[in-house]
Amino acid sequence: MNAFRIALFGMAAATAIGLAAQAAEISGAGATFPYPIYAKWAEAYSAKTGLKMNYQSIGSGGGIAQINARTVDFGASDMPLKPEELEKNGLTQFPPVIGGEVLVVNLPGVQPGQMTLDGPTIANIYLGKITKWSDPAIGKLNPGMKLPDTAIAVVHRSDGSGTTFIFTNYLSKVSPEWKDKVSEGTSVQWPVGLGGKGNEGVAALTSRTAGAIGYVEYAYALQNKMIHTKLVNHDGASLEPGIKVFQAAATNANWKSAPGFYLILTDQPGKETWPITGATFILMHKKQEHPGRAKEVLAFFDWAYKNGAQMAESLDYVPMPQSAVAIFEDSWKQIVGPDGKPVWDGHSS
Amino acid sequence: MAAETAFVERVAASGRRGGVIGDVVFRSLTFLFALLVLLILGGVIVALIEGALPAFRTFGLSFIATEVWNPVTEKFGALAPIYGTLVTSAIAMLVGIPVAFGVALFITEICPLWLKRPLATMIELLAAIPSIIYGIWGLFVFAPFVQEYIEPAIINTFGQIPGIGALFAGPPLGIGILTAGFILAIMVLPFISSIMRDVFETVPPMLKESAYGLGATRTEVVLRVVLPFTRIGVIGGIMLGLGRALGETMAVTFVIGNAHSISASILQPGTTISASLANEFTEAFSDLYRSSLIALGLILFVITFIVLAIAKLLLLRLQKQAGT
Repeated sequence: MNAFRIALFGMAAATAIGLAAQAAEISGAGATFPYPIYAKWAEAYSAKTGLKMNYQSIGSGGGIAQINARTVDFGASDMPLKPEELEKNGLTQFPPVIGGEVLVVNLPGVQPGQMTLDGPTIANIYLGKITKWSDPAIGKLNPGMKLPDTAIAVVHRSDGSGTTFIFTNYLSKVSPEWKDKVSEGTSVQWPVGLGGKGNEGVAALTSRTAGAIGYVEYAYALQNKMIHTKLVNHDGASLEPGIKVFQAAATNANWKSAPGFYLILTDQPGKETWPITGATFILMHKKQEHPGRAKEVLAFFDWAYKNGAQMAESLDYVPMPQSAVAIFEDSWKQIVGPDGKPVWDGHSS
Repeated sequence: MAAETAFVERVAASGRRGGVIGDVVFRSLTFLFALLVLLILGGVIVALIEGALPAFRTFGLSFIATEVWNPVTEKFGALAPIYGTLVTSAIAMLVGIPVAFGVALFITEICPLWLKRPLATMIELLAAIPSIIYGIWGLFVFAPFVQEYIEPAIINTFGQIPGIGALFAGPPLGIGILTAGFILAIMVLPFISSIMRDVFETVPPMLKESAYGLGATRTEVVLRVVLPFTRIGVIGGIMLGLGRALGETMAVTFVIGNAHSISASILQPGTTISASLANEFTEAFSDLYRSSLIALGLILFVITFIVLAIAKLLLLRLQKQAGT
């Protein structure tokens, strides 16, 4: 009987150890916008290395709270933290992917990419100063287009969101009045409009309300076959959205001279640069209590930078240009273990 | 009789086996469960008050009276959500009560027997539909219908009347306070009508038959006998429906437009307390923002508590009346 018990105990212990070895797992939490690509990367990475990545898409605000509480190995936010905020909480950040935002409209007879809008006009629509589609400001941008006399139904996000931050940041750059009256943030006091919860809420309101205009992630507009508009960029060129023009925003960006990579890619210069582009960010503590875990996280993102580009593009995200990747990986030197040595030595163990 | 005696003896015997200790354990266990409910309720109240304190400390009581809701400058006021909550509930009651009253009357007084059961079951099934389904249906089916047919009609008729026209002004969006009120009306209908039905059935048949015997018409019986007899129960049912309307979250979030502003027109978007909470809690970074949302929750708690307390009191009085 005793021998049997010992054997049983031994078996249980062996199973437990086996599980522990297998359950190598890193955890992260935060932004919902990059969740699909993080999940896809994690799956491919796990198949290759056995390391599991557990990512909870609870929202950027939640991600920042979780990383500050050290309950996760990394946090994720669509809104970069300001250098002084990073300093205060001992954090560092880097962007794994870029996304573009598009304006979507619901007007009878208008095809995707047929209408053109520019920053000041969008700002005036969202300020409630342009209320009809037949307004001359829209007509001037779309010569020859028959614009109906219908009221514009402005649609925005009702939940706090990185998408809103990037959008309002853009409007603040192109319209002094917007900057003065509304400014930028993950949620703002909207002067007019209907609020939808999440990209899907904005998409539903826009596609169900005649005369509506809304802003969504490009990937979302594409998958739901929504009617996007062309946009006039910083240099005055009218562009179709797409991976190439989004990436141009990141290539032209001067990451090196931005402390903490606090750089918002809206309204960047360049003939081929999409105006409403934004990166999503990973947050990590600079001082790591478990250097092994931190190294696993960095190894994961190193792998993603090197091998994840195609997967990102298949989901309509924009991979980081390789020139920028070198700068980001260089910044990983700041992440150190209890002994003060960098946890990342340039290659995974 | 013999079987009953045997049963009692069996119970008594099992009681002896368990002994006094079993009785004590059982009693304290049930007491503990009852206490647990009180503790949880008390804990919720304490947590809400504690969470709401920073907001009230910063804004004072003017928190309840200001319309601003600006996360950028961290200025918060609860007036717009409170207004939206009360107005949508009022519309729901205005539309829901007469319909529920008609339904309950039809079922108890007029309906042929074969239709009674199916009809009552269908109405109660309305209550079984999850609120998110109402929300999706509201957004995809009902709101476009309202935008295309109901709102233009309202704007062209009521909207033209001087004075109250402002209440029905603006472009037809299909999304807004009015649509939210309509959805809520459909949602509270089964609650109100089933309680009304129950209380209508407590009217002693003798009373009604006497009235009919004296030559009263059906309308007279309903207005002079049924309603006065069940007045308090009817009000209690309405209060329960109102409690539900005040706290409804998902369905309202879908169709109200989630705008933190008060506009004169009920066709324009607004927000309610619970819709604001559902929308904004996940991304409320700053402490003051989160505290303001919790303060909204506390306000809703107080409002619903008052409404439900009134309902309970009225129902209690009805029971006493029925007992005498």
